[in-house]
Amino acid sequence: MTPDPYGRLPHAFTAAGSSSFVDFLAGYAPELLPGRRPLPAGAVPDSPHGTTIVALAFRGGVVVAGDRRATMGPTIASREIEKVFPADEFSAVGIAGSAGLALEMVRLFQLELEHYEKIEGALLSLDGKANRLATMIRGNLGLAMQGLAVVPLFAGFDLHRRVGRIFSYDVTGGRYEEHDHHSVGSGSVFARGSLKKLWHPGLGPQDGVRVAVEALYDAADDDSATGGPDTVRRIWPVVATVTEAGYLRVPEAELADVVDAVLAARRAQHAGSDTGRRVDGGDLR
Amino acid sequence: MSMPFYVSPEQLMKDRADYARKGIARGRSVVVVAYDDGIAFATENPSRALHKVSEIYDRIAFAAVGKYNEFENLRVAGVRYADLRGYSYDRGDVNARGLANAYAQTLGTVFTTESKPLEVEIVVAEVGAEPGTDQIYRLSYDGSVTDEHGYVVMGGQAEQLGARLAEEWRAGMTLEEALGLAVRTLGAQAEGETRAIPAGQLEVAVLDRTRSRRAFRRLTGPLLEDLLDGA
Repeated sequence: MTPDPYGRLPHAFTAAGSSSFVDFLAGYAPELLPGRRPLPAGAVPDSPHGTTIVALAFRGGVVVAGDRRATMGPTIASREIEKVFPADEFSAVGIAGSAGLALEMVRLFQLELEHYEKIEGALLSLDGKANRLATMIRGNLGLAMQGLAVVPLFAGFDLHRRVGRIFSYDVTGGRYEEHDHHSVGSGSVFARGSLKKLWHPGLGPQDGVRVAVEALYDAADDDSATGGPDTVRRIWPVVATVTEAGYLRVPEAELADVVDAVLAARRAQHAGSDTGRRVDGGDLR
Repeated sequence: MSMPFYVSPEQLMKDRADYARKGIARGRSVVVVAYDDGIAFATENPSRALHKVSEIYDRIAFAAVGKYNEFENLRVAGVRYADLRGYSYDRGDVNARGLANAYAQTLGTVFTTESKPLEVEIVVAEVGAEPGTDQIYRLSYDGSVTDEHGYVVMGGQAEQLGARLAEEWRAGMTLEEALGLAVRTLGAQAEGETRAIPAGQLEVAVLDRTRSRRAFRRLTGPLLEDLLDGA
């Protein structure tokens, strides 16, 4: 912070008008904004990337879930990274893409919403929150062109319409409202296929969590960059619901039961198929 | 040819202080009282939108009396200061002392260098993990800071009301007792019976140390009525 000659708070602090923390930073300390830093020449070296996020609507809310893997080229950079966060009390954001930038952007987005709430004394509308995120993604376009794209999936409970809504984004800041369900990240193609078959209108919260876990399982099955449930270390996906009552991360114990049920069902399916009993090939008997 | 009158610095400062004090005394008082699980703020304020007590950060709140446009400006500056600090370091590194210093510098500079002092008085309070670590700073129009323990009254008749509070306040009060005391203090009159202030005319908020992150909470409606009835 550059001190005023008299030691008082600089003019930017007392200037009336904006309720946006990002706008305040852009005026006062632009180097703190991810998209405002000058880019050095040359290619960006390998850095961790987050992978698959799924979101789906259920009766009275939305589920957002993400696997726990970050990859750096062919290497697994982290097996317990968290990529789903509460944006505020009534919304959640999941991130795929360049992990370092994405985490910074989530931190800034959370602060942006809280800052508005404190200054205005009221919550932003869900559309307002979605638009703020679009603006932040747009500001990151320069970095995205260097291969450091951040692709979020935003979902929340709309307090006016009283429904859960889902928004997806592209790197240019395009904001698209998704209906029923959506997925982003490297495993999203497979997760979307899974969601199409498993999602149906009128899902309850528990079914919603189960469908999200199944979709992530299917993504991990076919995408090397998406991590499946780790039964050895007991690392489960991060699954959160947002309803009228607010953001709630599904507790570990409850999630362990869901994962066990999904795994048991898949195992049973597999045991019943012919390929499950095949003993030729590598068999040395 | 006219000559500018000589005014001694003492007289100049005294005039400014009198001016600021007069402006502040016109407003309704704000009472800040520490209780076992946090810090409570109460004031008589029929408006539901123009607040005198507000949230600055996770564990920090702001209360003010005086001119609304002036303290609102300081409040917004405080939120920006705290959010910027928390963003560039960590949420845990934002504290009331730093904010109180920034406010003190600002108030002091305006008092000495500008033509009109700010007609405000402010409390910056931070709730700690236990009552011993609570901090309450009171800032005056001239930038002077006092570290208060347990309770503060600002605004009109601050001295008489403060004396009343001093008699009745003790450490470890419950929220009901603290709010009862605060509202009795606000309703005290120079002569005769204490005025009863209905819950709808009060602005009440707490910094509740038992809440996980954001400790600030406004108490309104039936919840406030129940708390006041319980006292």
